[in-house]
Amino acid sequence: MDLMEKNLELVEIQKLEGHTDRVWSVAWNPVSSHADGVSPILASCSGDNTVRIWEQSSLSRSWTCKTVLEETHTRTVRSCAWSPSGELLATASFDGTTGIWKNYGSDFECIATLEGHENEVKSVSWNASGSYLATCSRDKSVWIWEVLEGNEYECAAVLSEHTQDVKMVQWHPTMDVLFSCSYDDTIKVWWSQDCDGEFECVQTLGESNNGHSSTVWAISFNATGDKMVTCSDDRTLKIWGTDIARMQSGEEYVPWSHLCTLSGYHDRTIYSAHWSRDDIIASGAGDDAIRLFVDSHDSVDGLSYNLLLKKNKAHDNDVNCVQWSRGEGDRLLASASDDGMVKIWQVATKP
Amino acid sequence: MSMLYTVMILKKVLESELWFTVLHRKIKPLAVEARLRNREKKKMTLGLINANPVVQAKKERLVRTQPDQYRDDGVDPLDIYEYVRDIRDPEHPYTLEQLSVLSEESVTVDDQLDRILIKFTPTVQHCSMATIIGLCLRAKLKECLPLHYKVDILVSPGSHADEDSVNKQLNDKERVAAAMENPNLRQLVDECIYSDEI
Repeated sequence: MDLMEKNLELVEIQKLEGHTDRVWSVAWNPVSSHADGVSPILASCSGDNTVRIWEQSSLSRSWTCKTVLEETHTRTVRSCAWSPSGELLATASFDGTTGIWKNYGSDFECIATLEGHENEVKSVSWNASGSYLATCSRDKSVWIWEVLEGNEYECAAVLSEHTQDVKMVQWHPTMDVLFSCSYDDTIKVWWSQDCDGEFECVQTLGESNNGHSSTVWAISFNATGDKMVTCSDDRTLKIWGTDIARMQSGEEYVPWSHLCTLSGYHDRTIYSAHWSRDDIIASGAGDDAIRLFVDSHDSVDGLSYNLLLKKNKAHDNDVNCVQWSRGEGDRLLASASDDGMVKIWQVATKP
Repeated sequence: MSMLYTVMILKKVLESELWFTVLHRKIKPLAVEARLRNREKKKMTLGLINANPVVQAKKERLVRTQPDQYRDDGVDPLDIYEYVRDIRDPEHPYTLEQLSVLSEESVTVDDQLDRILIKFTPTVQHCSMATIIGLCLRAKLKECLPLHYKVDILVSPGSHADEDSVNKQLNDKERVAAAMENPNLRQLVDECIYSDEI
């Protein structure tokens, strides 16, 4: 199945209006998709200090805002992440706290507030099993929280090796390895050797490793977890890889290395990149466009990627976040923008 | 003695990473007084000094004979300049134009891509107000420009000791957004951009 051969386009399914300020981030609930027989659910968070939960009606197929999570965060909510079970939503805010919300059917309740960061919390991520939560902040630190019984969260580690504002944290999809990216232009990898909760920085991917030359905004892994894509203010996407089989079997950390750089495709900061389950990389940038990239399978000289399509004016302003839905084969993409909108897109063959 | 101490604290704070969050209004007036006093002293001892900003006379405004000077599909850099020239300096009771921080050449527009570049010149190499001036420019333009315009703000090359650091902060929209949520900073910025309306 060579995607490049098909004449594909990104079709706007619906525009979700409601937020009264820029939308920073969107997150698909992992256990809801048409395939599961459950209506897909999407969370979006905004500069209006709220989080909105959107649901698609199985009858009308249109999306509506189910709930607004408000009156908890006192400043911008910068990012949100669903727990692997889909029951909890973590929200990271500029007010320095991380909220944990539980879905009680028709409503959400904030069941815990994690404090500790000295200033704005930028990102939050759950590990694959839901036993750990990671947060990061402008205070240059990455915090790892242990999820305990009875809505209790305990700080397991405060990792302070970044020299600047940490923009995003992302757990590896299958292993308890944490990745963070920062205003200091690097990506750091955190690993606990004895799986005892003692995390340390085992690798830094910086300019000397073919890394980025400016702020790294986001990290995303492919489904198998042997590759990741990072995007940056330096207007490039970089693909990194590791020998995941060796890492999973052995006791040793196996380093990541640079595989490929996609440059010349973006002329403004790239704020978000997301790797779909069927190997399409989506990017959202400061030129209001969404781009899709695929592996060219031209493996003469290693890995290389081609631009599958570019959606100009996807939004009226910067695209802050792009996220593929979790369902198999539906190729739905959600995007969030400074124009205050969330949009749902579908990759479809041109008529 | 306490004046000097306050100035030192303010300077340390502004130069540190925490400047976005720790700017206190009540420290400012004392610091400005102290700084002006120090400059008077320097003037006497060194003779020629440029530490005290050079203030230009208010430039005469060109009266446009043709009101529709700009094309429908573009933005005239001089129109952008009109929005920003009267922004008041955060420290001194003069406009950015009067202090030569901005001039007509400061603004360049890329009409094809709808991008605006503003280069401003801080009055001194170690100007701790450079980032605040940048924020004022952003705040003012955000109100005046259509949504899709991209604005890049830089200090004039060679005009500031921490040029790269200042430029990076001013063009990181997440940092700018967080800073503008700080009430003290927001108040200071508002005073600078709305000063002519008071």
